Amino acid sequence: MSKHVVVIGGGVAGLEVAGQLSKAGIEVSVIEKEINTGGHLNNWYRLFPDRRDSSEVKEYLDGMTHNHGINLLTNTTIEVFKRNTSHFLITTNGGKELTADAIIIATGFDLFKSSRKEEYGYGIYDNVITSVDLEKMFRKGKIALTNQTVPETIGIIHCVGSRDEKVGNFYCSKLCCVTAVKQAIEIREFLPDSKVFCFYMDMRMGGAFYEELYREAQEKWGVNFIRGKVSEASETIENKLLIKVEDTLAGRPLKMKLDMLVLMAGMEMSEDGEKIAGIVGLKTGENRFFAATDNLIGSNRSNIDGVFYAGSCTAPMNIPETISHARAAVVEVIDYLNDGIR
Amino acid sequence: MILEGKKAIWNDYQKEIADDKYYYVRSCVRQNFFPGSETAFLKIMREELKKEVYEHPCHTSCTGIGYHSDIVPVETTMTVVARQFAIMTEAGYENLVPSCITSFGLYTEILDTWHHFPEVEKKIRLQLKKATGREFKKPKNLAHASDVIYKFRKEIAAKAKYKLINKKTGEPLKVVDHIGCHYAKMFPSKGVGGAEYPYVLAGMIEEWGGKIIDYPERRHCCGFGFRQYLVQANRGFSIACSKEKFESMEPFKPDMIITNCPGCPMFLDRWQYVINEMEGKRYGQNGEGIPVFTYEEVAGLVLGYDPWELGLQMHQTDCEPVLDKIGVDYSPEDKYNLEIIPSFSEKHNLINV
Amino acid sequence: MDKFGFTISAGRQIDYDSNNRRLAEYIFEKEPSFRLCIECGGCSATCTTANFTGFSLRELHILIKRGENDQVRQNLNKCMLCGKCTLVCPRGVNTRNIVVLAKNAFQKSDEYEI
Repeated sequence: MSKHVVVIGGGVAGLEVAGQLSKAGIEVSVIEKEINTGGHLNNWYRLFPDRRDSSEVKEYLDGMTHNHGINLLTNTTIEVFKRNTSHFLITTNGGKELTADAIIIATGFDLFKSSRKEEYGYGIYDNVITSVDLEKMFRKGKIALTNQTVPETIGIIHCVGSRDEKVGNFYCSKLCCVTAVKQAIEIREFLPDSKVFCFYMDMRMGGAFYEELYREAQEKWGVNFIRGKVSEASETIENKLLIKVEDTLAGRPLKMKLDMLVLMAGMEMSEDGEKIAGIVGLKTGENRFFAATDNLIGSNRSNIDGVFYAGSCTAPMNIPETISHARAAVVEVIDYLNDGIR
Repeated sequence: MILEGKKAIWNDYQKEIADDKYYYVRSCVRQNFFPGSETAFLKIMREELKKEVYEHPCHTSCTGIGYHSDIVPVETTMTVVARQFAIMTEAGYENLVPSCITSFGLYTEILDTWHHFPEVEKKIRLQLKKATGREFKKPKNLAHASDVIYKFRKEIAAKAKYKLINKKTGEPLKVVDHIGCHYAKMFPSKGVGGAEYPYVLAGMIEEWGGKIIDYPERRHCCGFGFRQYLVQANRGFSIACSKEKFESMEPFKPDMIITNCPGCPMFLDRWQYVINEMEGKRYGQNGEGIPVFTYEEVAGLVLGYDPWELGLQMHQTDCEPVLDKIGVDYSPEDKYNLEIIPSFSEKHNLINV
Repeated sequence: MDKFGFTISAGRQIDYDSNNRRLAEYIFEKEPSFRLCIECGGCSATCTTANFTGFSLRELHILIKRGENDQVRQNLNKCMLCGKCTLVCPRGVNTRNIVVLAKNAFQKSDEYEI
């Protein structure tokens, strides 16, 4: 009899896992809380480092699920989770009961709620937006201030909700630096007369082709990089944003008026992930993401036999890392299903 | 500006403020700086709001000025504060209401320190016992006097004779609120509205008819800051802080400034005179300064108290432009008439009448 | 001063909006590699002058970019134009040329050419 795996989460990791398991002849159900699959991918316009349209990745993932007969349960959450000797029993919010031989957690991340950094005034000042809001503007094809005029000076604040003890997040979200660089380039493409300033603590360009993108931003697009954490923003009488930052490399405080401020919101353990950790009894780490049993050779393994992790529910990850992590999870599950142990 | 966003933050930072039976402790300096303010507080609390407010003659300085100037060691400060608590306990009160922002900040800081380091509290209790034979209970509720006025802002509005509205134009007065640094910057959760968008004074102003101005340097220190003022050579730094604020608020054309700290109204008021002497620059309209008030003075004005009984003649930056805008009934010729002053303050200068 | 015994302190903030950045624009145009600096400080570490005086080529780059031109002018002539900084730079910035261009620019601005 064919084995059945339940994947929790229908974003990049969940769909990749589901598709690959299905290809291997395993019956798969995907539980997704939203109406649509794709997760955060749906909010993004183009993807770093080569700025492919996100819809291409979405198409690939949809192909994986459609072509391999996956049982997709959207608008669905988990109410009850039980384990008997060899099976997991899941009851959904709709009262549907599922029996699974193994579980893959692919609940992803939540974007940091930028209003928590009160000093930047997100949700209070008119033209303070987040990286996601900017992607939506890109998708619409128009970058505009609330009064519908075009911004001339745009500031990008790195590390909003990352590397910040004040919001309880010590860790680096890893993708925001490169997102800032990508978005800075895109702003310059959309608005060739604009000036863009990135305010960073460190430029963490650790991924493949990231440093190249950074260099391109400087050389080709004239993006300005100022090292320092913006300490506060306020609104001036002409409805501009006055920011205070230390130019740490000049060793002096700096103030500047900007038309628009874009906050590079970091990644956090998802709220639903936290709920599932509670329901299932999974361990979480100091960073509140799911804790793998082995950070070197078992980053897909959980503290419960038969429950595995895939993607950014364990730590901030970019798309290629998520895809790789998801594929690794597939290997772990197949191994487990064959042995019955892990 | 999106008001809804601010309201969300204001809702996040609401604190418990006791309803009655207050143990009031005065500031070291306010009776010199703004002599009508504390008496106005007592009059409002006792006569307008019918609340019980108790003062004790043995209350001393909290040593905050000495502590922040590196003169008094922290253990000494804690022991002095423990003694204040002991006197309150002996008097049978548990709702502490300091008049001074720095005292409020210091009490908050000490209570928090004791919470995290109980061994320090134990040591201080022992020291107090040895030195004075006294014992104490920690306050059940600690609120700054401006928190208390904030709590009753609606009651005050209901009894108001005047509104913070320009009588001629019908427009609300544009008010800059300036919050003492030690109110919420150290412990945002202990301040109404938090540290970034404080609501304690803004709430009063809204309720009494005025309009709050949100200007870029609203978070900046007034320039008092103890150590930057105490040494004459540093005063250029102190006055530069005030100047930075004035320049930032000037384009918004504020009618007045309201404050809740002993030092802030002093410096924002007096430095306007000094800047004018040094540079010939004034920041108000029609070549005037921007009048600076304590929240008690504003509450008193709204309630119809006589400006000279409130001590407004002690301001260096003339307050008359605001009185005229509001339409306050006052006699300009009595500004320096010493005869009328005791009529208001007599009773309330006495402790626990 | 006589009256009060002190004067109002000047601000230390870099006021980006009021600073004049024509010098920076001039150098960006003539030497595009100026944009590529990542502030690693390699140039300053190897610099003879930096090791014996308060001069820092890395800081000079920042001051030019921020429009702190008075400070640039004060420090510019400390450079001996040996070119060792250019050998070190990991981003391939023509650091020596930036000093030369800044000198040119000041000369020209004195003669009102830029």
